[in-house]
Amino acid sequence: MKTKTFPHGIHPPERKELTSEKSLEFFPPPEKVVIPLHQHFGNPAEPLVKKGEEVFLGQKIGEATSLFSASVHASVSGKVLSVDGHNHPLGKPVLSVTLANDGEDRFHPALSGTEDPLSLDPDQIRQKVKEAGIVGLGGAAFPTAVKITPPKDKPIDTVIINGCECEPILTADYRLMMEHPDEILLGAELVRIATGADRILVGIEDNKKEAFGLLQQKAASYSAEVLLVKTKYPQGAEKNLIYALLGREVPRGGLPFDVGVVVQNVGTAKAVWDAAKTGKPLYERALTVSGNGIKEPKNLNVRLGTPFQSVIDFCGGLTEDVNMIIMGGPMMGLSQWVLDVPVIKGTSGILAWASAKPITEFACIRCGRCVEHCPMGLMPTQLMKYVKYEQLSDAENWGALDCVECGSCQYSCPANIPLVHWIRLGKNQIMSQKRKKSA
Amino acid sequence: MSEKAFVIQSSPHFQDKDSVPKIMFTVVIALLPAIGASVYFFRLRAVGLYFSCVVASLVTEALFLWIRKKPFHSLWDGSAVLTGLLLAMTLPPTLSLELAVIGSVVAVSIGKQVFGGLGYNIFNPALVGRAFLQTAFPVAMTKWLPPATLVVDTATYATPLGNLKFQDAVLQGTLTPLKQLLWGNTGGCIGETSAFALLLGALLLLTKKTIDWRIPTGIFLALSAFTGIFWLASPDKYASPLFHILAGGLMIGAFYMATDMVTSPIYSKATWIYALGVGIMIGLVRLFGGFAEGVMYSILFMNTFVPLLNRTFRPRILGEWRKTA
Repeated sequence: MKTKTFPHGIHPPERKELTSEKSLEFFPPPEKVVIPLHQHFGNPAEPLVKKGEEVFLGQKIGEATSLFSASVHASVSGKVLSVDGHNHPLGKPVLSVTLANDGEDRFHPALSGTEDPLSLDPDQIRQKVKEAGIVGLGGAAFPTAVKITPPKDKPIDTVIINGCECEPILTADYRLMMEHPDEILLGAELVRIATGADRILVGIEDNKKEAFGLLQQKAASYSAEVLLVKTKYPQGAEKNLIYALLGREVPRGGLPFDVGVVVQNVGTAKAVWDAAKTGKPLYERALTVSGNGIKEPKNLNVRLGTPFQSVIDFCGGLTEDVNMIIMGGPMMGLSQWVLDVPVIKGTSGILAWASAKPITEFACIRCGRCVEHCPMGLMPTQLMKYVKYEQLSDAENWGALDCVECGSCQYSCPANIPLVHWIRLGKNQIMSQKRKKSA
Repeated sequence: MSEKAFVIQSSPHFQDKDSVPKIMFTVVIALLPAIGASVYFFRLRAVGLYFSCVVASLVTEALFLWIRKKPFHSLWDGSAVLTGLLLAMTLPPTLSLELAVIGSVVAVSIGKQVFGGLGYNIFNPALVGRAFLQTAFPVAMTKWLPPATLVVDTATYATPLGNLKFQDAVLQGTLTPLKQLLWGNTGGCIGETSAFALLLGALLLLTKKTIDWRIPTGIFLALSAFTGIFWLASPDKYASPLFHILAGGLMIGAFYMATDMVTSPIYSKATWIYALGVGIMIGLVRLFGGFAEGVMYSILFMNTFVPLLNRTFRPRILGEWRKTA
């Protein structure tokens, strides 16, 4: 079979063998969880509980009060210890609900499933997804309810299920595909119904042939088509995957809606199915704990709000020389400075390793490798210079806002210039200028 | 919670192993066959030129880093060594070592450091040094010597291109044989004569993707097309394109000078324009200019366009212009 792909991109070391054959393990809920009310793209949720209150597992404790937001649920049953600011993996402290686990896992009695979710109509599916607080589990944590509500003038014909997992080291999505293929395909079918699409395409990188075989075998009964894509980073980036599978280009500044596509990660599809079938809100997720700084790398199902420290302890702890902790993958993940931050909806992995001494930065020699590898067709070195010398309008014209921050440029830069950092800074400055202008 | 201090950095957290010093030293390694050939053909004169150019380049670089209060690690990025080597390779074997030192100082200081150091210069530093010597000491820069392996009359000896231009070699039938040009058993600047040795190193650079294949390709194409037209029209007056490719500084220029990353365009479309421009310019100078050789000025000339080319051409951004419904 011919594997589909997109132009440019890079081939970083994969390092998936550390965990790829390890099944998803159940992580026993810790004694205390800290659930931030802001775990997603958009506005924070409003707290619904007070200190001292008793909550059930799956009870809504934060309400999404605006469109771009997602509700937050209790991941254990027990007592509210506090509603207060707490360290957050994104860096700034966030209003969070701390729960003492009573160890009973009493499921909220009001939450109920549906006998046959496939008979639900689009509005009912969207409602279930919204109530369950589901967000994109690939890492960006965009509210799924918004994503499966296409505007009336933008008809959707294709649902793409993203099983690329192009980030090195991470294997949680692979394990989900191996262990829950039916739920993923059923969830995809619900997304298809909700968006009114005609077909489902599942894209899987060719370094996960087993998952591809398994899903392909199952797909026949779910009217989905499973396609193999080349193992190349960032194959799983939304716009690149759409191009690889359909040859369609999402217009600059546009969304997949604009080309009739909705993309969902495999974990999100499963969460959609679980929510519709059993009424289970998004209070746990699959993640990979790995890197050579973790003594026993694992794939785990972890309750949201579990501190990184507990997860790492469960995996045998850190090796002596660890000096880097990353939430997410090595290409786009966020480095952490403390371990008391909780697992959130966007935590696709917890990685640890010993990084070498700080790398020396050299001057840009205009080798053009960043341009050669940029999957978006940008000139990162030029953008970096525009931002550095405060030529923001040039930076914008040359596509700073089109940057998806995948890191391909910086990975291939022989001068070790923090290109992504510069471009991100430029994006922030351009956006704040725009806000000032419109205000 | 944790007493450990973790490193905080912006993503990505993986980094390719290649680096600026590695690139520079790959080019140095690629130059070794040609350096070997030049030492074989020009003996101690070549050794002296290499030594004085490299040392003078490094000293100048160090001096400037010190004056500009810049970190000394960039002394070891390999660029100064490379500038010294490349300059030496483009000098005639008769040149006195003092002049070689002056050329190196100019190359590193005016060619590179005054612009802000590596990465900021507009012109190829080695060629700036050479252009300075050519202008300031024109006589010394055109005194040729046959290689030690060739027994000829040294008094009237000319380079293959000089012979072609000023002694009507095609009409006289005294054109240097191609085989001699290929191996380098002929007069010229010390590092440019052996096309074979230069090709050997270029092969390494091309396979390691250290240089952009479009640049030599574009230069060869443009020069062949340009000289080819005249050769086909009157082969009794003009030399063949193959002669032009093998003679003079074309090989070293196309593979090692014009390909300098800093002074060549970033994006492939602009690179083609640049390379074709260099090739046509060389043809123009060689056939109709006042000099026998035009590689140096052609590259310097096209270098001036690089900032403009970089600002004019950029790749199409994904999703730009074309909209699919």
